[in-house]
Amino acid sequence: MAIRERLSGNEAVAIAMRQINPDVMAAFPITPSTEIPQYFSTFVANGKVTTEFVPVESEHSAMSACVGSEAAGARTLTATSSCGLALMWEELYIAASCRLPIALACVNRALSGPININCDHSDSMGARDAGWIQIYSENNQEAYDNFVQAYRIAEHKDVRLPIMICQDGFITSHAVENISLLEDKEVKDFVGEYDPSEYLLNHDHSMAVGPYDIPSYYMEHKRQQAEAMKNAKQVILEVAAEFEKLSGRKYGLFEEYMLDDAEEALVIINSAAGTAKDAVDALRAQGKKVGLLKIRVFRPFPAEEIAEALKNVKAIAVMDRCEGFSSQGGPLGAEIEAALYRAGVKALVVDYVYGIGGRDVRVENIEEVYAALDEILAAGKVEEPYRYLSCRD
Amino acid sequence: MKFLQQAKLKNLIVTYHAETERWRKMANFKEIMSRPERLTGGHRMCAGCGGTIAVRNVLKALKPEDKAVIANATGCLEVSTFMYPYTAWTDSYIHNAFENAGATLSGVEAAYNVMKRKGKIDDTYKFIAFGGDGGTYDIGFQSLSGAMERNHDMVYVCYDNGAYMNTGIQRSSATPHFADTTTTPVGKASEGKTQNRKDLAEIIASHHIPYVGQTTFIGNFSDLHAKAEKAIYTKGAAFLNIMAPCPRGWRYPTEDIMTMCKMAVETCYWPMFEVIDGKWILNYQPKNKRPIEDFLKPQGRFKHLFKKGNEELLVQIQKEVDERWEQLLKFCEA
Amino acid sequence: MSIDFINENINWKDITPGGEVYEGGTAAEFCTGDWRVSIPEYIADKCKQCLLCTPACPDAAIPVVDGKRLDFDFKHCKGCGICAKVCPFGAIVMKKEEQ
Repeated sequence: MAIRERLSGNEAVAIAMRQINPDVMAAFPITPSTEIPQYFSTFVANGKVTTEFVPVESEHSAMSACVGSEAAGARTLTATSSCGLALMWEELYIAASCRLPIALACVNRALSGPININCDHSDSMGARDAGWIQIYSENNQEAYDNFVQAYRIAEHKDVRLPIMICQDGFITSHAVENISLLEDKEVKDFVGEYDPSEYLLNHDHSMAVGPYDIPSYYMEHKRQQAEAMKNAKQVILEVAAEFEKLSGRKYGLFEEYMLDDAEEALVIINSAAGTAKDAVDALRAQGKKVGLLKIRVFRPFPAEEIAEALKNVKAIAVMDRCEGFSSQGGPLGAEIEAALYRAGVKALVVDYVYGIGGRDVRVENIEEVYAALDEILAAGKVEEPYRYLSCRD
Repeated sequence: MKFLQQAKLKNLIVTYHAETERWRKMANFKEIMSRPERLTGGHRMCAGCGGTIAVRNVLKALKPEDKAVIANATGCLEVSTFMYPYTAWTDSYIHNAFENAGATLSGVEAAYNVMKRKGKIDDTYKFIAFGGDGGTYDIGFQSLSGAMERNHDMVYVCYDNGAYMNTGIQRSSATPHFADTTTTPVGKASEGKTQNRKDLAEIIASHHIPYVGQTTFIGNFSDLHAKAEKAIYTKGAAFLNIMAPCPRGWRYPTEDIMTMCKMAVETCYWPMFEVIDGKWILNYQPKNKRPIEDFLKPQGRFKHLFKKGNEELLVQIQKEVDERWEQLLKFCEA
Repeated sequence: MSIDFINENINWKDITPGGEVYEGGTAAEFCTGDWRVSIPEYIADKCKQCLLCTPACPDAAIPVVDGKRLDFDFKHCKGCGICAKVCPFGAIVMKKEEQ
């Protein structure tokens, strides 16, 4: 029986965590994810969970403790943002290479400097090569649903990789919206028990984790890890299918919005997709053939499926809510353009850096992007394939 | 007459007890050394390495029926004892990164608590972290401090060889004053490390944890074995600081390690003490405190101190050792 | 778990995930005895079984069974000479390694 509620994105994720009732949470506060360990600590204090909460002294220690705990055989999670994720950087790689299915709630916030507490995707994008599964959420409902699915994906025997569920800092983490929650028992049954085949506290035999690998072994270990990331795509789809039966809500690798006959489309991640959908609706009402593709799964990157979905679109604006400082645009732009190239899709593509450091994104700003796509289509080429949106010149 | 008889009898009883104590300790020593080896041979540490001597003897304090999970900071010990697929550790072992043995083991201990509570596991486990002075005094300091402050039921053992040995003998905050290291080399404009060393046992004692012990390799290792046993079997956080000479970094003849440790203790450079629930206890006071030269002279890293014109440096070092020793005596009196 | 299947020819499918090893003490299979330039000789007649050599060996190369030391484990002894220096009875003598 669905439970109708009104919650912020942080509270929704914290409730998902409560319903999962993990073994260990090791966390350190940072705006705007702080509320997650706070809500969770209240659950611990009131006996609503049986989790061991470790109030570590930094995010690096948070992920270090998560690695230790998960390797020991305990289902473990944490939450962070921005510089906290950045401080965990070497540990993210180790968690993934040790094949530990740790879950992390990433509340997207700009990386310093200058220090800024508002939303952009530079934190999770900065970690995109660490080997974590990365799933993005447009709103509190998606953040909740994604977190409920997280362990089923990460702990799968063909995957065994850590997973981060991302949502926009302040925009969805702090805004209260309607949401439909599952019952405690439904979540418990869906997620199941953590049953690793090997762990440090195994009665039958010892285990050693974290070797020194000479060059003769390192490549094979990483190749195996890469295969696990490839396997994750199919597992994500299978878990989503099962989740749909339970909740009635359908999830895939991305969402296609009015994309079928679209001539112009945006590729976009998280909350700005909601704003963009309003712009699409307004332009469609004027008879324009526009649509958008909202990325849900960024890692593994579903290149073939995205290229297939965009194959008939003539002009595409990729929206990067972070800079890559490659001088060519942002990371999403680079990956989309590579995917299109591999698939032989000959669309005109422009990359926009937008909304960084919490710069507001309004319907009229998105409409500017579609207007730019109009010009690109008319000209038949892209002058300036790397642009900024709403930056004062 | 009766008085004399009584005195003789008392003397006999005292002698009897002393002898029994000596035999009890010896029997205990034989039993300890007969326990199964938890760090096997076949590891790649240098011949004569003090680090492995420290580890072997700490692990000897575990009861044979107890299991352990070892966390190990990156360093000589870690790269040499777990080189895929060879692990020298018979217990479960985790290496994570350089600075986080404390945090990693905190996570393992938290998992153990909850899994035990939920009835998922049955065995008794002890949690022991090993780190060199690099991974403990310096880069690992924060994570060690956090683990101690949260009072996880674990032991952190520092094998202190006084420099970042694994990367080629660079100075750490544990390196003694005026030591020649590769980042404080002796040269025309330098006499070696310019700072005195940090006193980590004292810092950790200020975390008010149940047990802190400082020790090294003396005689039949009874001090080390006793401290390791107390550290492992005291509930809550415990810290052991073990001086573990490095023949390569200190430049003394490899076979002389026991002499190096003896000199360190007899010169009061490395006092052996404990802090039990905040009470400071001195475990050994040399009858005749030796001059610091007796510790420094055999080591190549201090040979510049014995050149003509550097006498002042030796005076300075002696003064620093004396001041710290006096300070320690005051702590232990209180 | 025997680690025999793990060698420098292993392919990426068969290698253990994350470099995990599902057994303790596998290093015992590795020979470090060939590092020696000096070799200790155990003179059993002089040995009083005080065991003072046993904690001082970095390589656990002096096996102890029921409170008595046995001859050296030459597969692992690196010839560091600490035991010979420590022995109060001259029961260990370092010689030049011939091999």
